[in-house]
Amino acid sequence: MATEGQQHPIKIYFLIWLLLFVLSFFSYLVDFYHLEGNLRWFLIVVFMLLKAGFIVAIFMHMKWERFALIFGILTPPLALVVLMFLMAIESDYAWSTRVVYMGEDPAPKPESPSHYKKSEEEKGH
Amino acid sequence: MTDTTLSTQESIFTSTARDWSSDMTTFKGVPWGKAMMWIFLLSDTFIFTCFLVGYMVMRMTVTEAWPVASEVFALTVWGVSVPLLLIAIMTFILITSSGTMAMAVNMGYQRRKWAVFWLMLATALLGASFVGMQCYEWSKLIIDEGIRPWGYAPDHDLGAPQFGSIFFMVTGFHGLHVSVGVIYLITVAIRVVRGKYDHTNFEIVEITGLYWHFVDLVWVFIFAFFYLW
Repeated sequence: MATEGQQHPIKIYFLIWLLLFVLSFFSYLVDFYHLEGNLRWFLIVVFMLLKAGFIVAIFMHMKWERFALIFGILTPPLALVVLMFLMAIESDYAWSTRVVYMGEDPAPKPESPSHYKKSEEEKGH
Repeated sequence: MTDTTLSTQESIFTSTARDWSSDMTTFKGVPWGKAMMWIFLLSDTFIFTCFLVGYMVMRMTVTEAWPVASEVFALTVWGVSVPLLLIAIMTFILITSSGTMAMAVNMGYQRRKWAVFWLMLATALLGASFVGMQCYEWSKLIIDEGIRPWGYAPDHDLGAPQFGSIFFMVTGFHGLHVSVGVIYLITVAIRVVRGKYDHTNFEIVEITGLYWHFVDLVWVFIFAFFYLW
């Protein structure tokens, strides 16, 4: 194994290359067609995770590594998922304190789809 | 303990327990440089994710409207404003460079040194053009849109003043990674044709490739969260 290295048919690289192009094009289309709300977020995240998965699994050869390496590298980032959830809860709280105690306007809570709507309406579309 | 044969028959749990407890190299069949690169990339993942989580906190706590990405990053081509055109081109360039890098790794294991050299050079050139486009994007944002590291230049206002700080920090840090990667690629490409790695299995090409694919990987997340969200 040590002397063999990671050698795989070139075909699979071309396939993934093409797939990454197609997925990027799709995520661009999500923006181009101004999809909104949960559908927009869902599609963005799905295309993002698919692209990331293909890059790690095929281009970075994770798919063919022994499980010890896969486990050693891919489990620590789970801590980051926990961090993300904790900070999301905290941010929600921070935002509400800014609205309640600092008298900020709660209306423009940042959600990109509503921004779209607003700017589209202003332009008179 | 002395059993060094690598069985693929046993379950992943048995093989992992055996690998970790074998009192020798843990990552079987993985050159040490590659294991180190993976561990470096893991630490880099933590840095980038902390930046992105910071960005998430900013987006969630800010009480002013966030700038509309597809307007901020629009490019005017022949009088028509196309949203995200430059970013789309940058994304495709980076994916193409990842493809040429994967080819270089493949050629490396076939010991075709000149093919490795030209493919890595092509990867480096694509990376350099990515950095060039980012410079153009930044100068457009700073000069035309008046975005500053905190807030906006006089007579410019696109919304939340936090936008500039987090945007320039995260894309700047990624751009730095691309720039370093270009230097790294060129260095390794030259050393390959000079015969520095002839006694090895050319795993250095794969290690360099890991770094380069990681740069592409980070861009996937930046593209989704900064430009599409």
